[in-house]
Amino acid sequence: MFDILIALLVVGAVGLVAGILLVLASYFFRIEEEEKTKLIRECLPGSNCGACGYTGCDGYAKALALGEAEPHLCVPGAIAVAEKLSEILGVEVKASDPIVAFVGCNGTCEATSKKADYDGIDSCLAASMLYGGPNACRFGCIGCGDCSKVCPVDAICFEDGIARVDSRICIGCGMCAKECPKNIIAIIPRDARVAVMCNSNDKGAVARKNCKNACIGCKKCEVNCPTNAITVIDNLSVIDYGKCIACGKCAEVCPTHCIKLTDFAAHSIIDYGK
Amino acid sequence: METVKSLIVILMSSVLVNNYVLSQFLGICPFLGVSKKLDQATGMGVAVTFVMLMATAVTWPIQTYILNNTGLEYMQTIVFILVIAALVQFTEIFLKKYIPALHKSLGVYLPLITTNCAVLGVTINNMTDGYGFVESLVSSLGCGLGFLLAMVLFSGIRSRIDEMNIPKALRGLPVTLIAASFLSLAFFGFAGIIDNLFA
Repeated sequence: MFDILIALLVVGAVGLVAGILLVLASYFFRIEEEEKTKLIRECLPGSNCGACGYTGCDGYAKALALGEAEPHLCVPGAIAVAEKLSEILGVEVKASDPIVAFVGCNGTCEATSKKADYDGIDSCLAASMLYGGPNACRFGCIGCGDCSKVCPVDAICFEDGIARVDSRICIGCGMCAKECPKNIIAIIPRDARVAVMCNSNDKGAVARKNCKNACIGCKKCEVNCPTNAITVIDNLSVIDYGKCIACGKCAEVCPTHCIKLTDFAAHSIIDYGK
Repeated sequence: METVKSLIVILMSSVLVNNYVLSQFLGICPFLGVSKKLDQATGMGVAVTFVMLMATAVTWPIQTYILNNTGLEYMQTIVFILVIAALVQFTEIFLKKYIPALHKSLGVYLPLITTNCAVLGVTINNMTDGYGFVESLVSSLGCGLGFLLAMVLFSGIRSRIDEMNIPKALRGLPVTLIAASFLSLAFFGFAGIIDNLFA
């Protein structure tokens, strides 16, 4: 009986001392976290994608509290978060347009061929260092999935050997675009109605030989565009979304159907006339 | 001179021969969990070394002056767990306030170590081996360095594993455990060196 009492007392005393020590420590050594930073942090989505240019949501919240950052930089939170943040900070909202990542390549297994079999490290970057990658077209998607590995919301999947962004899930953070060694992922407005699904700068004949779906730089789109929104630069059509009125003429005249009609809200890419 | 020699023997034997991870199989959880990247592995190793030293410095007096005097040696495990957990929490609060830089590099790992069996193992083994205060500290330092060594070596191996084409059934944890067992076998090669260290 006496032994148990001693054990209880000693262990209890040790526990009590440790507990008191911790309470005192948390009282005397506590850090006054700024109220504003806390409030701001609660508004942010917390996916730590880094699209704002700061190190995660905590970093952005700190920069906002110090007044070093604009409140509209959060891409996944979009306008809703920007409004909440500007309410806390008491500044005007400068809305940024919703954006989405788009893979500009349609070199599917059927349309293009491989010039070599690649059996090395499973990474687009490594594959592209070997003679520009295993594809016949040196501009196209390699399909090893570097983009899907960095995607914070798992929006990228692979169809016919090509990366495809699910625009319903995509938050437009642009991590994939930064990662792609071929630079074929573009960040474009979510309300874009047309998009060029090719990134080949090869001359028309070469591009066509490498891939059936390539842009051959024929300039038909450029000629037919009513607002001069399309120009052919280095054998490739480039759309200026600031001028585009979404009439769809370019997709209509494109001989290789590399300009597609798009509807990102419904996640569909449609060939003209199909 | 003799004491220095014996301290060096204790240090070397706890780093190489009695390596906590690779020959006593303590602290396997952080060893497998945090060894994916070199910087994380180093951070965890340093944090564990630090906590082992602190824990020994606190638990040795408690055992010697409180538990032994009251005949409560059998409560060792419970009291040590209690003390170590409180100590690690205290250290975290203290570092956050006064040495934010160190807290930033160790901070994530400290809560993980709170109930780490390697830390508990070191403090209890020091008592079982009948070490004095200084010997205990040296032994803890050695164990911590041994843990750090194992983590760093293994993070190198794991980064190589990631690049290999491994049969599907073995991917992930299975191949990691196999690699760990090879590394452990390699450490058995150190078994005889301590006796001949000063021969």
